[in-house]
Amino acid sequence: MIRSITKPKSIEEIERLLDGLNRIFIIGCGTCVTLTHTGGAPEVAAMKEILLESGKLVTGQIVVPVACDNLTSEILNEEMGKIEQADVLLIMTCAFGVQTVSSQLKKMVVPALDTLFIGKETAYGQFNEICTQCGTCIIGETGGICPVTNCHKGLVNGPCGGTNQGKCEIDSNKDCAWTLIYNRLMELGRLDSMRKLQGPRNFLGEPTPGKYEISKS
Amino acid sequence: MISSFKKALDSGKFIITCEVAPPKGINLEKTAHHIELLKDKVDAMNLTDHQSSVMRYPSLGGALMVKEMGGEPILQMTCRDRNRLALQGDLLFAASRGIHNVLCLTGDSVMLGDHKTAKGVFDLESSQLLAAIRTLEKGKDLGGNDLDGSPAFCAGAIVTPEANPIEPQLIKFEKKIEAGAEFIQTQAVFDLDKFKSFMEYARQFPVKILVGIILLTSAPMARFMNKNIAGVNVPQPLIDEIAQAPKGGAIAKGIKIAGRMIKTIHAENICDGVHIMAIGKEELVPDIMAAADLTS
Repeated sequence: MIRSITKPKSIEEIERLLDGLNRIFIIGCGTCVTLTHTGGAPEVAAMKEILLESGKLVTGQIVVPVACDNLTSEILNEEMGKIEQADVLLIMTCAFGVQTVSSQLKKMVVPALDTLFIGKETAYGQFNEICTQCGTCIIGETGGICPVTNCHKGLVNGPCGGTNQGKCEIDSNKDCAWTLIYNRLMELGRLDSMRKLQGPRNFLGEPTPGKYEISKS
Repeated sequence: MISSFKKALDSGKFIITCEVAPPKGINLEKTAHHIELLKDKVDAMNLTDHQSSVMRYPSLGGALMVKEMGGEPILQMTCRDRNRLALQGDLLFAASRGIHNVLCLTGDSVMLGDHKTAKGVFDLESSQLLAAIRTLEKGKDLGGNDLDGSPAFCAGAIVTPEANPIEPQLIKFEKKIEAGAEFIQTQAVFDLDKFKSFMEYARQFPVKILVGIILLTSAPMARFMNKNIAGVNVPQPLIDEIAQAPKGGAIAKGIKIAGRMIKTIHAENICDGVHIMAIGKEELVPDIMAAADLTS
């Protein structure tokens, strides 16, 4: 299942963002950030302790089931008394959750996490980015492995000169996407597809911010 | 407009190119000194483009200096810092100022350089930049629009003969030639036997190959490259040889090693020429050439 993958901001950055804001309500989420241990019930409880130790007042906390769901507002309504007492909402969800809450409550929000990518758990405790949603899918020609996502430079014509022992120039623990693609196409007997000179990528798959409506016709 | 470098490539002579790195800042004295020293000794000199993703005076500025000083520049262009509009614009500018040789590179990750948080562009990559050059030469831009006056270039690219695994690298090499590469400057080569087998393969393509030779300046420098530079493999006997040089004699030994390798490649006619990378010690290029019995 795809997940929004997050990592905690440093305590120093959170303290800076909360400077002058003393009454805090904390929101976690029961979905992706619970899986990544960045904003589930234990992390929300730990954050509360940190804030109390630094002299802040925590007016309340909640772990909503799915922060990015439109129904989140109804759950938060039940906590409105404690929320209204707060100067700020410290939100331990991905940025989808943070923006959902901020649009629903019209209240100052501070994200406690950085949202890294949309990915999936590929091994226990390990998350990988699989698709960057570029809008112009080319994996029909690359053996089902996306170089736009898996190659650090998003190259579509083969490896750069930085590939080393099948690994990426920026991280010897990252596989070179083009070594993976080569091996896959070799197995499939489809190396011709890698020999085709690809033209410049179309970056206009869907201009940012993405928007899509189901056709009414 | 046929560049003097292109004429030299077509002449069949053993080609000599080298690298000149523009400065970090606007003090151009050292760069000018290197250009003055080398311009009449080599067939062309490459101007590096924010090499290793370290911000410097631009390669285009360096190439103009070479041109103005009467030398023959090879403009290195990476796809790391400019999108297709900026790359095409710079190519038009280069051609308008008499710069007609371009080496097309994808470029290192910005994460390897001194502006790690910058955005790496990679709108195009090396083979697409080569194809873009051929498109501009036909009087069109990448948007399909007509140009008012079209440029002409001698375009090249690089290959890493000791890449591991080599097969994906060779597919890319063939695509670069298909896209229009007329010459190839290789990543540093130290193992001549491996390079010979690469050349047996490469000879089937209509492209001139200039072997990359890096000046070894010390044993730690050789070990550093082995550890940190993809596709560079300094064999242990060469590391031992430079480590055994008398105190203060490592560079002289490095010059001797580089000269010896070039001499063998030249004598055995293994490839079409040499690209000497003296990384920061460009003033030693004439010594390396002398050690290789090469004259300009």
